[in-house]
Amino acid sequence: MRRHTWIIPTVYIIFLMLPIYWLVSMSFKTTNEILGSFTLWPQDFTLENYRTIFTDPTWYNGYINSIIYVSINTVLSVAVALPAAYAFSRYRFLGDKHLFFWLLTNRMAPAAVFALPFFQLYSAVGIFDTHLAVALAHTLFNIPLAVWILEGFMSSVPKQLDETAYIDGYSFPAFFTKIFIPTIGAGIGVAAFFCFMFSWVELLLAKTLTAVAAKPIAATMTKTASSSGYELGLLAAAGTLTIIPGAIVIYFVRNYIAKGFALGRV
Amino acid sequence: MLELKNVRKSVLGEVHIHPTDLLLDTGGFNILLGTTLAGKTTLMHLMAGLEKPTSGEIWFNGSNVTGMAVQKRNVSMVYQQFINYPNMTVFENIASPLKVGCILPAEIKRRVGEMAELMKISPMLDRRPSELSGGQQQRTAMARALVKESDLVLLDEPLANLDFKLREELRDELPKLFKERNCVVVYATTEPTEALLLGGKTAALHEGRVVDFGVTGEKYRQPVDLTSAGVFSEPPINTVSVTKRGQELHLDYGTSWSIGKSKLPDGNYTVGIRAHNVIVERSARKSIKISGTVKVAEISGSESMIHFDAFDKSWISLSQGVHIYESGEDITLYMDASHLMYFDQNGKLVGI
Repeated sequence: MRRHTWIIPTVYIIFLMLPIYWLVSMSFKTTNEILGSFTLWPQDFTLENYRTIFTDPTWYNGYINSIIYVSINTVLSVAVALPAAYAFSRYRFLGDKHLFFWLLTNRMAPAAVFALPFFQLYSAVGIFDTHLAVALAHTLFNIPLAVWILEGFMSSVPKQLDETAYIDGYSFPAFFTKIFIPTIGAGIGVAAFFCFMFSWVELLLAKTLTAVAAKPIAATMTKTASSSGYELGLLAAAGTLTIIPGAIVIYFVRNYIAKGFALGRV
Repeated sequence: MLELKNVRKSVLGEVHIHPTDLLLDTGGFNILLGTTLAGKTTLMHLMAGLEKPTSGEIWFNGSNVTGMAVQKRNVSMVYQQFINYPNMTVFENIASPLKVGCILPAEIKRRVGEMAELMKISPMLDRRPSELSGGQQQRTAMARALVKESDLVLLDEPLANLDFKLREELRDELPKLFKERNCVVVYATTEPTEALLLGGKTAALHEGRVVDFGVTGEKYRQPVDLTSAGVFSEPPINTVSVTKRGQELHLDYGTSWSIGKSKLPDGNYTVGIRAHNVIVERSARKSIKISGTVKVAEISGSESMIHFDAFDKSWISLSQGVHIYESGEDITLYMDASHLMYFDQNGKLVGI
């Protein structure tokens, strides 16, 4: 019995990795090979797909646009959520518990519900097709999430730490930036990770609120599929490159996320 | 010198501290003694300026500091939980109040080094608080409180979370640490024994009220009233209602205790006697005999704590030595009349 314990995890991992392997393998094939025959690995190995993405502005601009609005969104969400989470964690005020719960209800509606009002509003104020438009739209979902996560981390820091800092002579801003933020660094990492992740994978709002100047990579991918026939190899390469940033971020925050799970907030 | 003038604190209509007058001096400990939720921490917050009194004034060395922000006062505080900045090393932790105070780096280094030496944490200066034992963490917190040379040092049950040995060790060192310092030291504790060991003056707190204040040993022997006697007694003090007639105390249930000569006028009293004065060993001086039924006997090595019922009341005896009793067994214990405390109908101490 003992000798076969490796079977189930192995099957599970193969099951998980299969689509990713297929995507990566496709990205190194030519479109003809993909469409023409069933091959387990690239017979006619090519880097042409990647070369296209890194040289053609319509492709690499998609990545740049995505990274810009995702970064703006992450910074904005965490920066706004920090003081809000601090208030929820440290002060009692009228309706605080209701408000805290209400924050989460924002996440209960599908993004599609907000696509139309955002589209109309942003067109009216003239920020349609800008990075800011997408970043702002995503904060609607990310700020509540970040507040929720950060509040958990902050509440696990005893209030006496705040008091000790005041007694030592720190003013509130000095305490908050020099002591409190480093103390909950792990929480900020986790919150930033989830903001990044959500914003990176969200397609509908990003696509609706942009046209040319701020078009995200996900939109470019779906569009190319229809213009010059099927360029499956190119799409697979783009897909592979889209996974990489997420994988890198996960690698850096993996220990913090475990901590977040332990607090029951992630 | 710290003076509380008619200080009151209530939060959302709930009274946390009843109007309090208190004068705390430099030199020696000022102990706040009381159970959990008696208001010790709130009182300390008010003294430090972390909370504002609802009414009343706080004066320090002749100036009114009532509304002054905590950052502007020269105070320091040590908590029961070991509070240190987790992202800083021990050195940075101890140096933090000095850094905020704009002191030169060389001077900081010298003072932190000295303080670490004094608190015996010199080898740990480069570590983070999480890499230290509980005792060392609390030593770090104390070093940070002391290095500042503040006028008011608040110690909020600093030894409560430490194990027995470390607690004894630190308790021994504490009075020495403060000996040459010209500051007001306030020390909160739930244990009367700790208050007695530290000496100084003690304020007995009960449900947000300072019920008694004075030299610790004196107040232990002569608490002002029954409440204060309760605060000063651990295990709880035994009490019973009596009627004094001549040289005898008459209890209901037809029992009477002979107490010898007493200046106390005849009348109704509540007598209190501490658990360690109700003992199983008989001696010539222990003139009062009390019989009861054992509920439970707890033996802690050299002492036996015996809970028993007598006169429809629960009693506690703390006797030296190991005494084994079964639950339900009959027991006879002895008391010395000179250990009785007499409280009048309002609970005020009238004689000992």
